[in-house]
Amino acid sequence: MSPLPATATSAAAVRAVSVATQGMTKRFGGFTALDDVSIAVPAGGFHVLLGENGAGKSTLVKCMMGFYQPDAGTLVVDGTPVAVRNPRDARALGIGMVYQHFTLVPSLTGAENLVISRADAPAVINWGRERERLAAFMARMPFRVPLDRPVASLAAGEKQKLEILKLLYLDGRFLILDEPTSVLTPGEADEVLGLLRDMTRRGDLSVLMISHKFREVTAFADAVSVLRRGALVGGGRVADMTTDGMARLMIGDTPVREQAGRAPVAASRQTVLDLAGLVADDDAGRPAVDGVSLKVRAGEIVGIAGVSGNGQAALVEVLNGQRPLRDGRIFIHNEPFEPVRRDFDRFRVFGLPEEPLKNAAVPRMSVAENIAFRAFDKPPAAKFGWWMSPGPIRARAAALVERYKVKTASLDAPIATLSGGNVQRAILARELSGEVDVLVVANPCFGLDFASVAEIRAQIMEQRNRGAAVLLVSEDLDEILELADRVAVMSEGRIAYTAPVGDTDRTTIGRHMAGH
Amino acid sequence: MTAQLAIVLTAMLGGAIRVSTPFIFVALGETLTEKSGRINLGLEGTLVLGAMLGYATAYLTGSPWLGVLAGGGAGVLLGTLHGLLCSLPRVNDIAVGIAMMTLGTGLAFFFGKPFIQPEAPHLPSIPLADWTGDPALAVALRVNPLFFVGVAAALVMAWGFRNTRIGLVVRTTGDSAAAALAMGVSVNRVRTLATATGGFLAGIGGAFLSLYYPGSWNEGLSSGQGLMAVALVIFARWSPIRCVLAALLFGAAGAIGPALQSVGVTQGYYLFNAAPYILTLLVMVGSSGSKDALRAAPGELSITR
Ligand SMILES: Nc1ncnc2c1ncn2[C@@H]1O[C@H](COP(=O)(O)OP(=O)(O)OP(=O)(O)O)[C@@H](O)[C@H]1O
Ligand SMILES: [Mg+2]
Repeated sequence: MSPLPATATSAAAVRAVSVATQGMTKRFGGFTALDDVSIAVPAGGFHVLLGENGAGKSTLVKCMMGFYQPDAGTLVVDGTPVAVRNPRDARALGIGMVYQHFTLVPSLTGAENLVISRADAPAVINWGRERERLAAFMARMPFRVPLDRPVASLAAGEKQKLEILKLLYLDGRFLILDEPTSVLTPGEADEVLGLLRDMTRRGDLSVLMISHKFREVTAFADAVSVLRRGALVGGGRVADMTTDGMARLMIGDTPVREQAGRAPVAASRQTVLDLAGLVADDDAGRPAVDGVSLKVRAGEIVGIAGVSGNGQAALVEVLNGQRPLRDGRIFIHNEPFEPVRRDFDRFRVFGLPEEPLKNAAVPRMSVAENIAFRAFDKPPAAKFGWWMSPGPIRARAAALVERYKVKTASLDAPIATLSGGNVQRAILARELSGEVDVLVVANPCFGLDFASVAEIRAQIMEQRNRGAAVLLVSEDLDEILELADRVAVMSEGRIAYTAPVGDTDRTTIGRHMAGH
Repeated sequence: MTAQLAIVLTAMLGGAIRVSTPFIFVALGETLTEKSGRINLGLEGTLVLGAMLGYATAYLTGSPWLGVLAGGGAGVLLGTLHGLLCSLPRVNDIAVGIAMMTLGTGLAFFFGKPFIQPEAPHLPSIPLADWTGDPALAVALRVNPLFFVGVAAALVMAWGFRNTRIGLVVRTTGDSAAAALAMGVSVNRVRTLATATGGFLAGIGGAFLSLYYPGSWNEGLSSGQGLMAVALVIFARWSPIRCVLAALLFGAAGAIGPALQSVGVTQGYYLFNAAPYILTLLVMVGSSGSKDALRAAPGELSITR
């Protein structure tokens, strides 16, 4: 079932399918993640699902894909109710999904990934012929991805494009995208979404996309549905709605935190964090961080901008103690700092790495236990340094969950069952609840809804105003321009450029990011 | 002196081929299992049970080739059991593997008692160098047919991992269970089938032990080959072709002692016999620090996750 050559499909024939849910309900134990949700996406529609972190968006689309079995409700495809028991059933109906995490096989090449994903993959693969067919397929695809390298060696953006290509290759006519742009640069995101929208306009495809970015909604979608706490609270044509209206639907009457003001700080502030000539290797032994020197003063946010994959991740790993230094020293208040637990406590260094579920949490331990990581061996959680009392641990976790509005079924739920955004909040609650001297944050707002973004940025600004030295690594230039006092651009493992945020602009920064 | 060296080297070549054959089969079986995302430490038990059943079948039917099939069949049974047990929720493959190892050897010792005495027919050997007229070379190159079967199996596996649907599905399952699920593949079924097939290969390796070299059945037949093969798979970085080469290397190490003895060097005989074990240790230490090995490892293995 190789996709037909473009010329064979006449412009009039609509290949896209329409999909609707009727009364979808899904419970996890006693917790109702999805409550009687009915949405409809017409053939050729570009529909966006909005909602706060934990609203149930991923749960809804996973029910549509047969990944979860809904407790009630039906799926209607092209007007006919259908039973979808597993993703294979969904695929047979032309429904395909790009998940929040990647589903490509890392050790297989792009071509192998594509061919094996086909339901009718031949028992013996004739690579000569498959390559020809892949080349023909790629020739009429809007974007290019190298197909002969193992997927593990592709950049995040390329992987995401390959995920989408895979669905199109499988003749998907209804695409579900779960936050597809969180790993793409704004330019890439516009390119990919624009091309998908063109395909919907031509009637080749219908799209249901989950997004937190209003900009993408207004630029590309024609209709939205909004979920709140598992229930459908509104929606309609994008043309009839305002961003404010959508925002209000998402969060109800809860006020959004205002952008925190930048408190003026004395000019004579002293240097707190001092990175002196850091060099570190990546997993393959090539230098990832190649001589980074940077000073961060008290009450200052230094934002590190850069295209992903230029050593920012490795730098954060070094500061977290996850990657050994080959050369260079780290000083805090002019004293040598080793990234080990003792020094983290002594110098009051805190952090939020990217992918917190992987880098800052133990997925199968409970929310309360994960929140206790910084304090479980100190009073009041522990007596004499070794006798742990669960009471104070739970009490503290309960207070922080309340204060940081972490949505969780219970304090004892494994942290891995929280929605992406709520993991982020739980970790932030743990890291920001005490006195902070140095804060290292990496892409803190990846995948968060706008209210949480405002909340977390305000928290970071507040720490700065209280005198913390903040190192903010972000791929979102807007975030850096909003928060940072000083911008540093990282390119090929080095700091290519630094400037106070007032003395520079987007174009200059962009030029240095591109390596000129 | 050079003549002696030539004798030692030909003897080592012959010994390497002979000793490596069971390693090849067990390592290929383990490679297949691990490529699907599970570790089967029970192959030592499979080897012993395969040896015993193969020997018993050959004795009772008079056909060594039926014995080879029976050895493989024993492996399929143990492999299927391992696969099914590991498909239960929260069951650890390493623990089950150790249980299967004990089960396999236990069953073999229990049912094998009556077959220690009788003589079963051996597998034939293929004389590759009789025409040269050189007696040492002729003896060294009387190659057992299973060696060729093993090499052929390695080539088929290497080709199959790249060029067949089954091969790609096994690699997918071993590298990312989430991706396999999203493809609609039943992860547990693929793994169970891979473990059963891997068991079949390991069982043949066992039949080789009792039907060719050393060529008898007794309780001390295997000296940990099944376990060493697991180390060998890591050394070979999950490549079937490298498995054969690594097995030959281990075989050559195992053949040092007897080869030296054949020219009258008896000093340190036991030390030389320990060569494969020392090699195993060195391989484990060397490859555990290697980042290449880590990168080649299937992503779903419980040791790499
Ligand atoms: N397997 C599970 N077991 C228990 N609870 C779950 C499970 N999956 C999701 N939940 C809960 O269901 C709720 C909805 O989660 P879901 O992942 O659908 O949110 P979301 O809208 O996609 O959020 P985000 O924007 O953060 O991705 C969350 O409160 C989450 O904790
Ligand atoms: Mg989600």
